[in-house]
Amino acid sequence: MAITEEKLGEVLGVYPEKVLVNRRRHIVLKEPDTETAQQIEANTRTLPGIITNRGCAFAGCKGVVVGPIKDMVHIVHGPVGCAFYTWGTRRNKAKAGDDGKNYVNYCFTTDMQESDVVFGGEKKLAKLIDEAVAIFHPNAISIAATCPVGLIGDDIGAVARAAEERHGIQVLAFQCEGYKGVSQSAGHHIANNMLMDKVIGNSDVETCDEPYAVNLLGEYNIGGDGWEIARILKDIGYHVVCVMTGDGSYEDMKLAHTADLNLVQCHRSINYIAEMLEIKYGTPWLKVNFIGIKSTCDSLRAMAAYFGNKDLMQKTEEIIARELARIQPVIDQYRKVCEGKTAFCFVGGSRGHHYQGLFSEIGIETVLAGYEFAHRDDYEGRLVIPTIKKDADSKNIPDLHVEADPKRFRIKIAPERLAKLKEKFPFNEYKGLIVDMKEGTIVVDDLNHFETEEFIKILHPDIVSSGIKDKYVIQKMGIPSKQLHSYDYSGPYSGFNGAVIFARDISMSFASPTWNYIVPPWKNQPFLNATINGGDQ
Amino acid sequence: MLEYTPKEMIKRDSGGMINPAKTCQPVGAMYAALGIHSCLPHSHGSQGCCSFHRMHLTRHFRDPIMASTSSFTEGASVFGGGANLKTSIKNVFAIYNPDVIAIHTTCLSETIGDDIPTAIRQSEIPEGKVVFHANTPSYQGSHITGFSNMTNAMVTYFSETKLADGKKEKFVNIIPGFVNPADMREIKRLTEEMGIKYIMFPDTSGVVDSPMTGKFEMYPSGGTTIPELKKTGDAKFTISLGRFASQMAAESLEKKCKIPFVSLKEPIGIKATDEFLMALRGAFATEIPESLECERGQLVDVMTDTHFHFHGKKVAIFGDPDVVTAMTEFCLSLGMLPVHVLTGTPGGALGSGLGGFEQEVKAMLNEAGVCGNVKAAGDLFTLHQWIKNEPVDLLIGNTYGKYIARAEDIPFVRFGFPILDRAIHPYMPVTGYRGALRLIEQISDALLDRCDRDAADEDFELVM
Ligand code: SF4
Ligand code: SF4
Repeated sequence: MAITEEKLGEVLGVYPEKVLVNRRRHIVLKEPDTETAQQIEANTRTLPGIITNRGCAFAGCKGVVVGPIKDMVHIVHGPVGCAFYTWGTRRNKAKAGDDGKNYVNYCFTTDMQESDVVFGGEKKLAKLIDEAVAIFHPNAISIAATCPVGLIGDDIGAVARAAEERHGIQVLAFQCEGYKGVSQSAGHHIANNMLMDKVIGNSDVETCDEPYAVNLLGEYNIGGDGWEIARILKDIGYHVVCVMTGDGSYEDMKLAHTADLNLVQCHRSINYIAEMLEIKYGTPWLKVNFIGIKSTCDSLRAMAAYFGNKDLMQKTEEIIARELARIQPVIDQYRKVCEGKTAFCFVGGSRGHHYQGLFSEIGIETVLAGYEFAHRDDYEGRLVIPTIKKDADSKNIPDLHVEADPKRFRIKIAPERLAKLKEKFPFNEYKGLIVDMKEGTIVVDDLNHFETEEFIKILHPDIVSSGIKDKYVIQKMGIPSKQLHSYDYSGPYSGFNGAVIFARDISMSFASPTWNYIVPPWKNQPFLNATINGGDQ
Repeated sequence: MLEYTPKEMIKRDSGGMINPAKTCQPVGAMYAALGIHSCLPHSHGSQGCCSFHRMHLTRHFRDPIMASTSSFTEGASVFGGGANLKTSIKNVFAIYNPDVIAIHTTCLSETIGDDIPTAIRQSEIPEGKVVFHANTPSYQGSHITGFSNMTNAMVTYFSETKLADGKKEKFVNIIPGFVNPADMREIKRLTEEMGIKYIMFPDTSGVVDSPMTGKFEMYPSGGTTIPELKKTGDAKFTISLGRFASQMAAESLEKKCKIPFVSLKEPIGIKATDEFLMALRGAFATEIPESLECERGQLVDVMTDTHFHFHGKKVAIFGDPDVVTAMTEFCLSLGMLPVHVLTGTPGGALGSGLGGFEQEVKAMLNEAGVCGNVKAAGDLFTLHQWIKNEPVDLLIGNTYGKYIARAEDIPFVRFGFPILDRAIHPYMPVTGYRGALRLIEQISDALLDRCDRDAADEDFELVM
């Protein structure tokens, strides 16, 4: 059953007036295909009291972008909690590189006490940095500020500068207090701006010696996604200069300026870095999607087309053929279990879109989708970027303005050729989620608990992919729930191998016999009958 | 794994934590509030905290953990969060319709200094509904402190004396402390076996371990009701289980309604369970029933039959102070040697009942003639260093211990909060005699599986 405007009105009717007006603007009922996407409100405040899935800027900065950088020590400046909850909870896997440095299993915090809140925590922070350097010898250090830090006025930038002088390594201070912006997205910006400003290009190396050098941006190696992508790229002959940031290293990131092409996996968290890299170094970017078989193939073909080398193109086709021959028969088996089912797909800022193709490849149609912390361009496409007005909450996230680097800027592809490629492939382009949704489906921004429950009751999806906070709500309703933030501790789900694992996991959630036991046998058997059948009378 | 943790003990005086063994107050307050029937915990601060706390509790309990947030933005941080709180209360009652909203603060609202009682007073609260609060600044104590503060607020807001002339009714208040719902249920069962009436608060059994029915219940059947909370002021006496999590509320109840209390260990292990039953027996002049004596006898039987599995084994124990203290005592009664005992929660004089984790554990070790490291306000980096210097046969603690267990190749028993990598724990009690049996099972299994793993073929035993 589809949701009509009328039905939607009924559901939202429970809301107090202000909430109703606000929430209606975050919901789009997809109309018949049009050239331009319908408008949706996004990246605005969640109203107080609403049970949202959103987190804070700190979570986006330290938890998502900075935390995975493996050869750095990440110090959380604040009370203990923020550090504790971002310790090992996000599954951004990492293996030490040649220098053996990998600190992702450690958690550092100044553990602010009341006296630090009253008298300031700068000294404590400085000392902890000294200890971290003495014990761990990291390649660099990050400081992430939590809510109280900004309020009490600790100058973490000054602490960082002084520590840099003492230790001769970079110390990056991120002012990602949780109240900044309206979601994790603010934290991504704060994090990436700093990495762009202070880390990328901070090296004497001018060029990359390897052919086909690419950066993989916005890939966080959840469940090993990045490794599966790297496997495929390596087989074809690409060289990955750096990954931002899953299994990424500070040392590699410094060389990001040397790549020939930037691949953007998660548009939300990193598109502005890709743009800046183009302005500063002349490196174009390609919106890739390594989730789903077709998307993976499309992305690989676009990459090959960019470099335009015959051998590379041929190798790409060989690898695609090899992989498809291997995985398609397996996927087909799983598809039998999933065919004809429907899904909700509500995830962070990209996956709500990325996974729809993979779902449809195993026969599942997405009937509701949305993002937790995306902006309008992630829904409506980059066309709308110039029209998005800055509100009070986005104004306090400083913009970074870059210019062409006089020494390092080079044209990496002839503009005419790039223009030609753009006709076929998403170079410097993302069209957003809405255009890909079918008529009658529904798009919801910042889906909250109440709406999740209500939309499930109306649309009866067969599976809901979301996060841990609503997983068990959904399952209590007898519907399988697939966490697409953490993959329920499975994965990878990217590339070719990932598609198989995903298909296996999803069909397993349907095929599990455990669902059959929800209703006890006595519930649909009249008591009297049971007694008579038992032969007692 | 954890290769950068050196054996050499390094002087660290920053006061910072490396691999903390505690977390912040609000998560404990949220858990305690879930122990009230039809209550929606509300986190007054930015939405990130609420998200983290729900996430962690959900991962431990594998059940829906519902809570709302004031969703501060920078404006609220500058001008105060009163308006956000009032809007929250209005929206929560309209949309989620709980009977009770339990507000806890975060480091943000505490640093700003928001006046919660005033905001509550100025809010529209529908007839028959209740809003109460606890201050839970994350820069003091730990999640246990938060649990304690929220439990205490239940007393200060609700407990009342109805009976005249200092008369008391024949029932006991039981404050169970920060334990799993199964533990609360087990403590209630023991009390029922004794034939004694009780009110337990908070009581998360039936809330965070709700059954699968095909229907989502936002407010499951469990939890202490508000009338029950009110009635706690007429009890004969109060038993506080675990000083850090429960004693403050017991003291408040004594002050407010003149209810005497005893402060006991969490009834984990044989001695602490004995003491719990003896306290009930003494206060109500009721004999311990056959059934419980039999349970105890079975436990002693198993302890004796298997003592050679664990006697003399060195063990490191970490986690929350109340359960660690009790666990240490139990390990001693099994003949084990707890050579490293650590909690992340500070053991200082932060209000009532919070002193002396180190003294208490050291006294137990001394009495048993065990020489060991004991620390409050410690972190797992320290624990790991201790273990490198004096290796152990077994590690007992929450999920975060798995890194150390792997790094040092030590058998590991998961115990306490949070356990994020194994299910079932919230459903299986470790309290009472039966809980002690389960602990023995887990400890023996861990130790014997290791023996089996390490044995040469010719030494591989069928019977152990
Ligand atoms: S900001 Fe404070 S309350 Fe929130 S998670 Fe961090 S320590 Fe806990
Ligand atoms: S909102 Fe603030 S206190 Fe809470 S988790 Fe985020 S940074 Fe920490």
